[in-house]
Amino acid sequence: MAGVEKKIGSIEFRLLSPEIIRKLSQIRVVTPDTYDEDGYPIEGGLMDLHMGVIDPGLRCKTCGGNIATCPGHFGHIELVRPVVHIAYVKLIYTLLKATCRKCGRLLLSPEEIEKYKEIVTGEKELDEDTALEIIEKTKKAGICPHCNAKQEEISLVKPTSFYEGDQRLFPTEIRRRLELIPDDDLRLLGINPEKARPEWAILTVLPVPPVQTRPSITLETGERSEDDLTHKLVDILRINQRLRDNIAAGAPQLIIEDLWDLLQYHVTTYFNNEVSGIPPARHRSGRPLKTLAQRLKGKEGRFRYYLSGKRVNFSARTVISPDPYISINEVGVPLDIAKILTVPEKVTEWNIEKLKEFVKRTEYPRALYIIRPDGRRKMVTDNNREMILEELDVGYTVERQLMDGDIVIFNRQPSLHRISMICHLVKVLPGKTFRLHPNVCKPYNADFDGDEMNLHVPQTEEAQAEAFHLMLVQKQIISPRYGAPIIFPDQDYITAAYLMTHKDVTFPKHIATKILAKAGVYELPKPDRRINGEPRWSGKILFSTLLPKGLSLEYTAKTCIGKDKCEHFKKKGKCEGCPIDAWVKIENGKLISGVIDKVSLQGILLDTIFRKYGSTAAREFLDRAGKMFLEALMHIGFTASLDDTDIPEEAKKEIAEVIKRAEKEVDELIRQYYSGELERMPGKTLEDTLEDKIMAILGRARNEAGDVAAKYLNPLNHYLIMTRAGSRGSMLNLTQMSACVGQQAVRGKRILRGYKHKTLPHFKEGDIGARARGFVVSSFRDGLDPIEYFFHAMGGREGLVDKGIRTAKSGYMQRRLINALQDFVVRWDGTVRDSTDTIVQFVYGEDGADPMKCYGDNPVKLKEFLLLEQKEYEELPEEGEEELVEVVGEEGGEYE
Amino acid sequence: MVELDPEIILNHEYVPKHEILKEKEVEKLLKKYKLESKMQLPKILASDPVVKAIGAKKGDVLKITRKSITAGEAIYYRVVI
Ligand SMILES: [Mg+2]
Ligand SMILES: [Zn+2]
Ligand SMILES: [Zn+2]
Ligand SMILES: [Zn+2]
Repeated sequence: MAGVEKKIGSIEFRLLSPEIIRKLSQIRVVTPDTYDEDGYPIEGGLMDLHMGVIDPGLRCKTCGGNIATCPGHFGHIELVRPVVHIAYVKLIYTLLKATCRKCGRLLLSPEEIEKYKEIVTGEKELDEDTALEIIEKTKKAGICPHCNAKQEEISLVKPTSFYEGDQRLFPTEIRRRLELIPDDDLRLLGINPEKARPEWAILTVLPVPPVQTRPSITLETGERSEDDLTHKLVDILRINQRLRDNIAAGAPQLIIEDLWDLLQYHVTTYFNNEVSGIPPARHRSGRPLKTLAQRLKGKEGRFRYYLSGKRVNFSARTVISPDPYISINEVGVPLDIAKILTVPEKVTEWNIEKLKEFVKRTEYPRALYIIRPDGRRKMVTDNNREMILEELDVGYTVERQLMDGDIVIFNRQPSLHRISMICHLVKVLPGKTFRLHPNVCKPYNADFDGDEMNLHVPQTEEAQAEAFHLMLVQKQIISPRYGAPIIFPDQDYITAAYLMTHKDVTFPKHIATKILAKAGVYELPKPDRRINGEPRWSGKILFSTLLPKGLSLEYTAKTCIGKDKCEHFKKKGKCEGCPIDAWVKIENGKLISGVIDKVSLQGILLDTIFRKYGSTAAREFLDRAGKMFLEALMHIGFTASLDDTDIPEEAKKEIAEVIKRAEKEVDELIRQYYSGELERMPGKTLEDTLEDKIMAILGRARNEAGDVAAKYLNPLNHYLIMTRAGSRGSMLNLTQMSACVGQQAVRGKRILRGYKHKTLPHFKEGDIGARARGFVVSSFRDGLDPIEYFFHAMGGREGLVDKGIRTAKSGYMQRRLINALQDFVVRWDGTVRDSTDTIVQFVYGEDGADPMKCYGDNPVKLKEFLLLEQKEYEELPEEGEEELVEVVGEEGGEYE
Repeated sequence: MVELDPEIILNHEYVPKHEILKEKEVEKLLKKYKLESKMQLPKILASDPVVKAIGAKKGDVLKITRKSITAGEAIYYRVVI
């Protein structure tokens, strides 16, 4: 069979006629039993050996094959009374209505039939529209144009009962009528009578699929458990038998009809167990049976799950957890996973000894398989190890277990941008989770609350090289979307940097050496401070050991309160000597002044190191800085607690004062509104004017409350420190915690829905004051009263709902956009083209700029950041002369 | 459909400058971008109001000079189909 190429010429869909079903069948199934006491298939039963074998040792009575060679064969059940095939109910209904109840002809005049026949037999084939047109026309006939019989109304009671007037039409009668329809009339309805006579949609014979289609399984207890399809077939056979017995015994018509309906029910649910209008057939346990349609349908059905489902080899998935002590370039891989994943290594004369060592080994870093030059794969076992060692030679491939330093691709869904897949280097670790450096969370949008990630092992040298050189973590530090760092220290790292490098923070020798050693610096700089005669090391000088020599920068830190507010700047006209240490000055790799905070670590400093000294220098900086900051933070200590939200009594009084004043202002506005004194703002209604003004007053009140709180807070308050350094939280968060939560809004408006003319029963009708419309006076620290709590929940709910809808909507939009753009490529000549070489853009983005190579705020103007120089095509050199392309922006640098 | 006065179309704020390239220029353009045929260029319908207004025929190549957010001004070429 192998190597035979077959081409599909055409595919035909048709109905099986009873004759064909009998012809296909190898045996007529008569007994609803499966196996006898000895576990041997019963003859004439549902597991009859004519329908194939699933038990080892037995032979098929049709083909003589065994479990491995018998393909399975159909059987059949002769139904005592015909039943409707559930999938063709609609067709049957249509035909019953469109044809004469008596003579079976299409309910059209002979002339019309002739007219349509010409269309159908002519060049033009019958299309769906014409067929529908014909069906529509037959509805008008009250009497048959052929035999003048009166046409009674036909109705369908779902799922399978037909009525003529109020007279039940049983499948026998339906079948008789369908048989009457002439072939030529059927063609006009789009039915090919050779392939699908309509009476075949009424089943008289039921095919029984091969046993291989419905294998029984043997439980550990030795009990046999049959497939759902077999269960259903048992039901059908039982009822069939009872019906036969009752008919033979001359039972009353009513009883026979009941049994007939029951047979119909079982055949229907055999095909589809999710038909509306009838209860699904259930297992003894109450679980609905999975019958034919259920095998195919839906996400877990044959089509979507097996035919269009995709699975990947050489991959692994598990939960992620943080490890700040590995490099940002690395990923921690559990030993259990490293033992299963393999990397192929080609045997050459230079590595054969090393690879033989892997084959020899019986413990972890060992070879699992070898591949012979002819492509045959062999598992390395204790039995054949010596033999393989003997034959291993140049041209073979050894598949060894995953090891430290191997190149892998790490991924987190939803993979929305290219940095959702980054190349990491393996670090095999104990434990069961993948370990990820916390600084690399951002591009994956990962956290460690149970997130899982996937790992892929490239299997060719080309793939490994490509991944390493294009996708390695350190090369993704700058975002390709906006040209600023996307892999950087965050949260505690920023806090630590701030606390460590702030003003005159110094460390004694034993701590300074520890901090440096953690960062991999083993040379102690000269102490730059002295306290009580003891030498001390400033955080600045410790941090400076991480900076590349020759680096010089000057900029303002996140801590800066702004030039317009800074007294120092107003007096001196320059930032140098900033009293809050917000002026960062780095000279030749030494931090002279200024505190290191968010602006440095997530922006300019990291950015500059990356661009001037290359990605390796940037990676080294991140690896060492991370370890240094964490060590420093552990010595300094940092906890933000409930106490940090406390404000003194007089502050509380002052805040209450601010809020009271605001509420009074609001009341005054409302008074003006009612008295008509309030003046309408241009372009707004009077009501909107009032709302806007109230919102403004209350917004201002909260800010003032926050300012009051800030005024009384200890400048060393831990929340304040985090806010200042930019590690977490904002002034607003702090305000809400210690001063006042403020106005709650739904759809940008104050809360207004609820009861008639009021939001909650606690208010008077028509109250539009601050508290009645969702202004929360309390702070989170003091706690919200029930009314405030309710309003807050309303506002919070909106946020959640919005987020859900937004992500669903934008996710779909993004998918559509990606599908439309996925094959576009920026070529070497700077043009964007599709897969047919057709130009989409003559210059990428119209300016040819690569955002990843753009630095600072005004990137596009800088020539060196352009993909290529824009020239009029007239000026371009003739063919042959190169220099059309000028790709600039290699990160370069001595560190690379 | 109502035919608009070409004057109105061509002087509209949102209609960038369209020029018909000469035979020689088209050749140069195709050579520059190593194109085998004009059909590898972006397209514009012959029924486009601007195309009608400047009297371009099927197969003509238009040079469009338009405003660009990123580059200030960008040049684009389209073949009339
Ligand atoms: Mg999560
Ligand atoms: Zn067989
Ligand atoms: Zn008739
Ligand atoms: Zn300042």
